[in-house]
Amino acid sequence: MNEISEELNKKLGEAVERMPAFPKSVQKILELTRDLNCSPKVLVQVIENDPVITMKILRVLNSAYYRLPSKITSINHSVVFLGLNTVKNIALSIAAIGIMPKKNAAGFDVGQYLLHSLSTAAIAKHLCGKIGGADPMDCYVAGLLHDFGKVVFAQFMPEQFKTALEKSPELNISLFTAEQAAIGTDHTVVGSMLAEKWQFPKPLIDSIRNHHSEKAGETVMGACVFAANQISKKMQYGSAGDTRIESLPPAVAKHFGSSLEVLIDSIGDDELGRILEHAKQFSQVDAS
Amino acid sequence: MKIKFWGVRGSIPSPRAGTVRYGGNTTCIEIRTDNNELIILDGGTGIFPLSQTLLKEMPVTANVFITHSHWDHIHGLPFFIPNFIPGNKMRLHGALDPVSGRGIEQVMDVQLQYSYFPVREAEMKASIEYVSLSPGETVQAGSATVTATLLNHPVVNFGYRVECNGKSLFFTGDHEPYSNIYSPGDESYEEYRGLIEAQERIVFDAMHGVDVLIADSSYTINEYPAKQGWGHGTFDSCMQMADAVGAKILYCTHHEPTRDDDVLEREFAKALERHPRRKGMADFRLAREGIEIEF
Repeated sequence: MNEISEELNKKLGEAVERMPAFPKSVQKILELTRDLNCSPKVLVQVIENDPVITMKILRVLNSAYYRLPSKITSINHSVVFLGLNTVKNIALSIAAIGIMPKKNAAGFDVGQYLLHSLSTAAIAKHLCGKIGGADPMDCYVAGLLHDFGKVVFAQFMPEQFKTALEKSPELNISLFTAEQAAIGTDHTVVGSMLAEKWQFPKPLIDSIRNHHSEKAGETVMGACVFAANQISKKMQYGSAGDTRIESLPPAVAKHFGSSLEVLIDSIGDDELGRILEHAKQFSQVDAS
Repeated sequence: MKIKFWGVRGSIPSPRAGTVRYGGNTTCIEIRTDNNELIILDGGTGIFPLSQTLLKEMPVTANVFITHSHWDHIHGLPFFIPNFIPGNKMRLHGALDPVSGRGIEQVMDVQLQYSYFPVREAEMKASIEYVSLSPGETVQAGSATVTATLLNHPVVNFGYRVECNGKSLFFTGDHEPYSNIYSPGDESYEEYRGLIEAQERIVFDAMHGVDVLIADSSYTINEYPAKQGWGHGTFDSCMQMADAVGAKILYCTHHEPTRDDDVLEREFAKALERHPRRKGMADFRLAREGIEIEF
């Protein structure tokens, strides 16, 4: 009952095509591309820290046209494959759409959302680096995109999403439960269906789909994203509208051999500080 | 298989006294299969003199393969004379443009506009068919097979391997060897290096053991550092590539437009000295407009 119809899936897919990227990355892309000799690694860094641009570039690369034997999750891979100038021009065409407005009818703070997504990404990458079994950069991308469904709601179903954002604290229920009541589906379903529609790699689709489910424990990537999401919320690194902290289900905890609290301690204050600084640098929550 | 070079110049047509021996036309290569079927690689200005020779063998069926959409590889297409004559056929192959989302029809469409050319596509009398290829895709062109491989250039560029009756040829179009955008010590350096190596393997496999490799050698090694990222190779990078893939003959092409014939020969000779030949190694040659070889 939580699945979305084919028609809505198609409509949301088309809407995301027109979705603008985040202010800082748009500004940075316009600035960088004015210089013919712009630094490739700086450009890659801007792209891989913006969920909208990352989503759109992965969509191009993973489309049936390129017939890739294995799916692409990394922006570096897309640069090797398509060439820097082509990736730059795709980014520029996304930047030309405009800037994601800071204010939306849902009252969803996109700056805080970005800070939450970036910190979840960096924590997921860090956790993966510790336990192995997956590519840390793939976990970064999965963390960056895990809540993508929420921006889609904020942009294209603002009224219903606003209701969900209000009901969640009011009724002391998680945001995804409130979304199911207000919208008929939730951000994990919408985010993963878009990822599936655009033929993203299966572990990435599953990590988005399962980041509030014990099924997250079925893969290393899923476990890293689940745990990173909770750590980011616990540390209050930004917010994506859901302040409830979920404890790690046994299937997730077994990957780390510890509870959420012990896991946070094991990352350490220095690393968490660096993660927050990195996330702040790219989210620019203070921008008007 | 027979090939004839109709254009070997890169970037812009460069006719002048100093280029009269190697030629000033931009990229175009004619291939004839053993059954005399016609395959054309790229539609630079060289396609115009080629097309005039086709009028004596109408109706013409031309399988044209465009490596990429930069002007010097497409700006002869509107002057492909058989397109104006009923009964002829052109099948134009090439890549999809990931930025515009449009297929290879775009390269004709952008040129056959009122402001730039007097004839609209609808007014061309030949049958024109467009085939947008995916990377790695193989298509049949008469008795030959042609396989597209994605190479490295500032726009999507396909190298093509043409095979017929056990003979093979690979044309790069424009291609620069891959290089790491990170410096040693950067967090992503190793990841990027791995990605480059994997992509290079795909490219080298596609060129493996060809009888003739025709490759973009725009620059000298001294010029290259100032032109890195522009999407072209050097004489030296092409020679190394030919040896690495076990090609039998290498033709260096896409000659830099300001390079006069004497300088071209001198720079090529210097590169040859750096890559001395022994028995069984690839034969290195300069592509020259008008030369024809059979292999």
